[in-house]
Parts: sequence; C-alpha cells; structure tokens
Amino acid sequence: MSEHITPVEPEIHQGLDKYAGILKALESDDVKAYFEDALENQLVLNMGPQHPATHGVLRLLVSLDGETAVNCVPEVGYLHRGYEKLAENMTFHEFIPHTDRLDYLSPLANNVAYVMAVEKLLKLDVPIRTKYIRTICCELARITSHLVFLGCMAMDVGALTVFLWTFRDREKILDILDILTGVRFTTSYTRIGGVALDISDEVIARIKTFLDDFEVNLKESQDLIERNRIFINRCEGIGHISKEQALAIGLTGPNLRASGVRSDLRRDDPYLIYNDLDFEVPVLTEGDVLARYYIRVFELYQSAKILRQCLDKLPAGPFNSPDAKQVLPGKEQVYTKMEELIHDFMIVNFGNAPEAGAEAYQAIESAKGELGFYIISDGKGYPFRLKIRSPSFSNLQSLPIMMKGCMISDIVAIIGSLDPVMGETDK
Amino acid sequence: MQEIINKIKERFSGANGFDGVKYAEILNYPGFEIPKEKLLEAALILRDEFGFDQLRDVVGVDRFVKQNRFESIYNVYSSENLNRIFLRSRLDSKKPEVESMCSVWPSANWYEREAYDMVGIIFLNHPDLRRIYMMQEYEYYPLRKDYPLMGLPGAVQLPKK
Repeated sequence: MSEHITPVEPEIHQGLDKYAGILKALESDDVKAYFEDALENQLVLNMGPQHPATHGVLRLLVSLDGETAVNCVPEVGYLHRGYEKLAENMTFHEFIPHTDRLDYLSPLANNVAYVMAVEKLLKLDVPIRTKYIRTICCELARITSHLVFLGCMAMDVGALTVFLWTFRDREKILDILDILTGVRFTTSYTRIGGVALDISDEVIARIKTFLDDFEVNLKESQDLIERNRIFINRCEGIGHISKEQALAIGLTGPNLRASGVRSDLRRDDPYLIYNDLDFEVPVLTEGDVLARYYIRVFELYQSAKILRQCLDKLPAGPFNSPDAKQVLPGKEQVYTKMEELIHDFMIVNFGNAPEAGAEAYQAIESAKGELGFYIISDGKGYPFRLKIRSPSFSNLQSLPIMMKGCMISDIVAIIGSLDPVMGETDK
Repeated sequence: MQEIINKIKERFSGANGFDGVKYAEILNYPGFEIPKEKLLEAALILRDEFGFDQLRDVVGVDRFVKQNRFESIYNVYSSENLNRIFLRSRLDSKKPEVESMCSVWPSANWYEREAYDMVGIIFLNHPDLRRIYMMQEYEYYPLRKDYPLMGLPGAVQLPKK
C-alpha cells in the first residue's frame, strides 16, 4: 500500500503549490476586507429586453444583494411606435385598426373603448343591440386575456401543462371571433356608431357551447395547480403590495382588487349595459402573487356569467346608429343609393367632425385595468390630441415596490402576476 | 357627485385664496382650470379633504397657440367616492414648467416622465425626470405640433461602425 501512496503525495504538494499564490492572496488585507463586506456588495443585473420571461420587450435593471433583489428600475419604450402621433394624422375611423395593436391579447376591448370615446366626442348614441354586442365583445376579450395570463403565469413558476390547457380554450374563442369579426386576432370590429357585422345565430350558439365546456375545463386547470405545493410556495406572500401603496402608485384592475380595493369601472362608472347585469366584483386583501392569480380566476367565472346573461337578453334591432352623417353606410347601399354614396365619400375622405374644442374621456375596465382614451378635437376630421391611458403602463410602475426583498426567481413570478402587455405599455 | 363638486367649487373660490380657478365644462367629467402656481396646493386639498387618492393619468397637450401654448391635464380619481375629476393648467410657451405632483401622488412619476418625453413639459422637483420612451440623447419632443409626422432626418444618432 505504502508503495502506492508515496507517488501520490508529491502530486498533492504540487497541487498546493499551484494554489499557494491564491491562498496567500486570500490572507492579504484587501481580500479580507472584501469578504467581510460580502453582504454589502451589490450586483446590478440587466434583465431583458430580450428575455422570454418578461412578456415582451421589458427591460429591468435589478440591483442584487446575493440572490435578493434590493431595488429595480424598469425601462420601457422598446416597442414605442408613436400611436398618439399617428392618431393626430388620420381620421377617427382609420385609427381603429391601430387600437388592435395596443393590448394585443384583447383587441376587441380596445376597439370598444376607442369607439366609445369617439362617440362621446360626437355625442352619438348607439342602439341597444350594439351595446349588447359590445358587452359580449368586452367579456370575450377579458376571457382570452385572462386565459393567456393563467397559462403564462403558471409557466413562469414552472407548471407547463396549464399553458397548453388554457390556450386550447382560448383557441376556441379565436375561432368564434373568426366567424363574428372575420379575423381571429386583429379584429378591428367596431365602427363609429355601431359594429362592422351583426352577431349571427351561429356565433351565439357557439359561445353557448363554449361556455358550457369552459367552466369544466377551467376547473380542471385550477385543480392542476391550486393544490400544488410548488405553485403555492412560489406564489404565496411574494410580491406583496399594500392597499395604500397600490392606490398611491396607480394600480388599476385585477391588480388593485387583489390588494383589497373594490374598484371596478363596470360597477363604479357603468358604461354599455353593465348596469342591467348581475355580476360580482371579486376582491381579495392579500395583495400577493397568489391573490392576483385568484382574482383573475374568479373574474373568468364572472365573465362567463355576464356572457350568458347577454346572450339570453340580446334584443333584436339595428346594429348601427341611424345617424347617416356620422356612421358608415352598408356596402350595398353605397352601390345603389346616391345619398349613401355621398355620406360614405365624406366620412372616408374628411372624417367625422366633432365640435371645435370638444373634449371627451372614456374609460373601460379592460382585462388589465382602466383603459382610457382622452380625445381633444379642434373641429377637424382627425383628433387634435389623443391620449391613451394604458393600464399596463401604470401597473408596471409598481414593480420596484413589489420586488423589494424578493429572490431572483420571484421576479419572474411577479412580472407574470402583473400581466403587462408591452404593446400597450409603449404605445 | 354634484354636492362634492359644489363643495370643491366653494373650497377653490377666491375667498379661500384661489384666484383664477375656473370650473371647466368642456369635458364629460367635471374639471377645474387652476393657475399653475396653485396646482400643488389644490392637489393636496383634493387628496386630503375630498378623498381623491389616485392620480390615473397626466396628459400633456401642445395647444399650438402663441400665449400659454402648453397644457397639463391631471386625471384624478377617488376610490372611496368613485368620482373622477380633471385638473388642468396652462403653461408658458417658452418655459413650460410646472411643479411635479410626485409628492402628492407617487404614480405621477411615470406619467410626468411621459409628458416630459412627448411634449417637453418640465416638472420641477421631479425625482427622476428622464425620457421614458425615446432615447436619452434625443433632442426633440415628438408630440409637439411643429414636429413632423415622419420625424426629422438625422435626429437619431446611429452608432458608428
């Protein structure tokens, strides 16, 4: 045995010699000081803009102490397309397709919000059937957006299956939108004074069958994660924001309701037909990632309830306002009637003209929060100034508060729970 | 709603030291036009005495007129009384400066950065007045009316090879 050991020893010594320099350096004063202050050392981590977990082109500068985030500076603007400037140079109708590209997970809700703001500016009233159709649109948009949230947020904390299951359901809604609006995704469905197409019986039947499956499927997705120890541990108590902080930093929508504020524009400042509908506004007081998850799950059930009521009550009648000077006429009328041809020409070429100096603000409760359009007119066919109040933008502002003291892996969960869409943030 | 508006009108009257405050009826929500010197004081009163606890947006407008060209509009919301009012203030054409609202409502931080970036309104005593959408070295304000739609050639410095 000793014969075997003897040749090894010099190797060990050689190895020690190799590290002798390092060992000696470790004992020097500089290094000692370095190690004593190890907990004081902060590292700045650049996360994004090209990062799969930041839901788009969000860039975060996170200052880390070990694995704990001390502070965080969000940087936005990587998807800035200047929609507010573009809007000032096109007619009110021409801007409708651009609203699809704001919150691209719920384009229908954006269409409705924008068109309602313009109608307020023009003092135009829409028929009751249109209001019902638009409510259906808003709630369908909310379901599609929340389904993406559920899937992506669960995937952010490591549960992959939910993503596939919620996207399966979302696919069915997109198929319904295909029949309702003509396209699956960038809908551009609403028109000033109405909607582009009437809702058909086939769509109504399809939404009904979808809703029956949907609640069962959603329950299954819930069962997958809500009793999962990993999911709960990664969400509970993470990214906490108190009621006062949430109000001060400008949170709206589900994120605010998860912090214990009962604030929902559908109830507080009713638009469309939400006054006539029976639904609840879920509120939780925890203010953490798990509460934000639960709020959206509860809202999905409420949206299904609203959709059922809308479909049952849907009245017959015209789906466009009769005001011929403001509303685009149907194609067959344009081809056959002189008057309609003139109106069509005027609206397309010169736009709808509100009163000079008129201003209007219309906000709706979109899936992310308060989506508002502030329009100022100077009497011409295009807006003098159009300001988009986007919920994702102000929700993202709360990231530094939520991230204080969390771990690196929690950052991803917190971003996921806020549900930001960068298309809307950057406008 | 109308009661609160009447109370605010009374509070912002000339007798209480608020000269030049006008009730603006252009919008579909109640609004007050307030001289820019009194804006911060009015905001504090609204927050503490009338429960307007949330600032939901700041709109910077370039009116493109000779006098008082710029305007800053504040979208204020009360989550208790469920009211929304708008505060507006006209700013100087040469030096569009106004006191920042960050000390009253912290959410003003990003909204004012956006108004600064897009219209060029300077918010005094703002904790972090940087551009939010455009790059930091950009010299122009894109939402001003004299800025062309297609941009200015050479305004963006591209990195040299």
